[in-house]
Amino acid sequence: MADTHGTVAEHAGHSQLRHHFDNMEQQFESATLGMWVFLLTEIMFFGGMFCAYTVYRSSYPEAFASTSQHMNPLWGAVNTAVLIVSSLSMALAVRAARLGQQKALQILLIVTIFFGLCFLGVKAIEYHEHWVDMKVPLIGGHWDYHEEPQFARQAQIMFCFYFFMTGFHAIHMVVGVGIMLTIFMMARKGIFSSAYFTPVEISGLYWHFVDIVWIFLFPLLYLIGRTKKIL
Amino acid sequence: MHSIPSVRTYILVWLTLTVMTFVTYLVAQVELGAWNIVVALLIAFFKMMLVILFFMNAKAESPLTKLFAGAGFFWMILLLGQTLLDYISRTWMPEGKMW
Amino acid sequence: MSTTLQDPRTIETPNYLNAEYGWKSWLFTKDHKRIAVLYLISITIMFALGGVFAGLIRLELLTPEGDMVNSDTYNKFFTMHGVVMVFFFLIPSIPATLGNFFVPMMIGAKDLAFPRINLLSWYIYIAGALFALGAIVMGGVDTGWTFYTPFSSTYSNTFVITAATGVFIAGFSSILTGLNFIVTVHKMRAPGMTWGRLPLFVWANYATSLIQVLGTPVVAITLALVALERGFHIGIFDPAIGGDPILFQHMFWFYSHPAVYIMILPGMGVISELVTCFSRKGIFGYPFVAGSSIGIAIIGFLVWGHHMFVTGMSMYASLYFSLLSFLVAVPSAIKVFNWTATMFRGSISFDTPMLYAFGFIGLFTIGGLTGLFLSTLGVDVHVTDTYFVVAHFHYVMVGGMVLAYMGGLHFWWPKITGRMYPEGWAKFSALLVFAGFNLTFFPQFISGYLGQPRRYHAYAPEFQVYNVLSTAGATVLGLGYVIPFIYFMWSMRYGPLAGNNPWKAKGLEWETTSPPPTFNFEKTPIVTEEAYAYASEKETHVG
Repeated sequence: MADTHGTVAEHAGHSQLRHHFDNMEQQFESATLGMWVFLLTEIMFFGGMFCAYTVYRSSYPEAFASTSQHMNPLWGAVNTAVLIVSSLSMALAVRAARLGQQKALQILLIVTIFFGLCFLGVKAIEYHEHWVDMKVPLIGGHWDYHEEPQFARQAQIMFCFYFFMTGFHAIHMVVGVGIMLTIFMMARKGIFSSAYFTPVEISGLYWHFVDIVWIFLFPLLYLIGRTKKIL
Repeated sequence: MHSIPSVRTYILVWLTLTVMTFVTYLVAQVELGAWNIVVALLIAFFKMMLVILFFMNAKAESPLTKLFAGAGFFWMILLLGQTLLDYISRTWMPEGKMW
Repeated sequence: MSTTLQDPRTIETPNYLNAEYGWKSWLFTKDHKRIAVLYLISITIMFALGGVFAGLIRLELLTPEGDMVNSDTYNKFFTMHGVVMVFFFLIPSIPATLGNFFVPMMIGAKDLAFPRINLLSWYIYIAGALFALGAIVMGGVDTGWTFYTPFSSTYSNTFVITAATGVFIAGFSSILTGLNFIVTVHKMRAPGMTWGRLPLFVWANYATSLIQVLGTPVVAITLALVALERGFHIGIFDPAIGGDPILFQHMFWFYSHPAVYIMILPGMGVISELVTCFSRKGIFGYPFVAGSSIGIAIIGFLVWGHHMFVTGMSMYASLYFSLLSFLVAVPSAIKVFNWTATMFRGSISFDTPMLYAFGFIGLFTIGGLTGLFLSTLGVDVHVTDTYFVVAHFHYVMVGGMVLAYMGGLHFWWPKITGRMYPEGWAKFSALLVFAGFNLTFFPQFISGYLGQPRRYHAYAPEFQVYNVLSTAGATVLGLGYVIPFIYFMWSMRYGPLAGNNPWKAKGLEWETTSPPPTFNFEKTPIVTEEAYAYASEKETHVG
């Protein structure tokens, strides 16, 4: 039976093996499970907001539909596509890490970061447009819904949710970009190999999750009541 | 430690996701009444499954991991469903009140 | 070896306490046992603070008139009592102290899966506690620990955002602890430690961890919305702008009801350990006790509406929640029956931990049964928001959870410190706690049923006798907490050395030294026997 410190071979195998684990596989599986459990908590975190949003939207369908005039679904769709591409580059980056392809890993991480920043840039433009348009109920009442005053109050709720949900999402994106930068620096130092790529893997999971949240936010926030009768 | 999907698989998934985004945008232009939101969410759900199964490699993960991933989604449904249970059933009583 | 006046530093075996000295070795530790001790100190302080507020409440309620403080100040007393006790004592208590210390040991691991995250969760707890303390020091909060809107989001003039931020932050401490336990139990079990051999304390903490990760994020986002609403003066829950206060309650109770199971499940896990050891018998119906923990965790998410029966929620939803609330009592009852069956024909000893276990079984049963009264729609309309509810939840939380915590502390104290506490004083304190507790809270069932409302600083004169009894009981109860504090402190210097297994208990934690070495075991244990294999040590009775 192995002693408390595992076999010599397993320990000599990796400088990254933490002392309380028996081998790299246990460490990798623990980290991965841990990240999935964390994402589960994030589902519930955003889920709370989705729940509240759903209740209000079903209570005030016309008011919520009226807000779509003030959203730019093209920006929303572009951002969705941007995030999807960043997920592709992220998945490819994890693949490169597993295969020990250092250069590819670094390039793909940069690509992912780039698209993440594009997303944030577009959101900044959108937020600015909302500000100019007086549709920001949060700061000192920068709010004016004169276009359809009968919906002003409920539309204010909708815009609160718009800013809360996209705001929390954007915070997660910023954190994600920060994480990717850190992973990039670690990759430059040659820390990763096909024997150890755990941080890349679990950061990738986080990144994909943030993408999934947006996949739901896009139709819910941007595409309400935009229909035109075609017959 | 798990099987590694090929680059081709990833590109295919990406293309599917991008097309589905486009479809979401187009369908939203068409008047379907209450079905608009249903279709939009169904497409979003499908996209989410693609990301989870392929990009997050959940297909190759252990049953335990799949259980936790599923549990998260299911618990959100519990929150949503039981809350909406209240709102939806309020009007079932004649005056829509409890007493 | 002398048994008195021995400095722990002179205990010869290297252990986690003497491995390193200095504040840095504590504040930057990765050892789950040291982190457990850090938590133990922190939550004891918060418990004392919550107790002070309880004392102030009981002092005001000695007389029917609101003559000690005005109603606004009284509102702050019960709010701070609730916030501190719920979020900063009850929720972390057993998992962060006894769980942190013993879950890795019980499964034969060297540490939790993520030791640095464990330390981080303590720091996050401290940060949250500082915000809560800040709110108190600046003048307090008066919304009730339930933060109901629109009072909390719009109309209260107290430090709601500060307090809500403290709770939000503390929630992440809870989430990280739960995450750590889940991964640890799945991935770090020693060879031979199958799920079916896990001590029930581990099952209980695992189920608790599931609730922590699934529920806490929802209350986090709910309180964040309240804080944002309050800070930016926009309406999410404010009816004046079309907001919905009932939605707040749905989202709040989605977490806060399962939260009470976060509080009680670890306590139930402790009781399983105590009852088996002090009956010298294996648990009756191990799969049912283990399964009931998971059952409580899951069903606990389906019942929250029973806090909202009179709010205007639909009757159909009320019926649904009422029925499921009856259902959730079943797994708890299974545990009580199984503990009782375990004791049947066991060889019972009345050491202090077992006294607390007895107290738990009786008092938790009363608390749990009165929960069924409250789940009954017709009865709830009458007793909701009265002292009947207050008595109910104190029976389960104090008569249940706190007694289990005290029992666990006494049981594992020799393992944690290497020292024994004085048994005579301990038994006396246990009796004080039991007597004081019942004197405090039983009259509240009566006064509540007769109509005394909760959260009022004054009451009708006919309730005074119950309130005087209650305050008298609270004094005795307080004494019952202070005495153990004193003798536990005393024992660390003067208590007799306990040895590896003073109770001759089964369990991996007892197979290593007291206190344990930093990496828990000299050699990774290999598990070959079932949990609670007490029967192997004596002949079984025949016929």
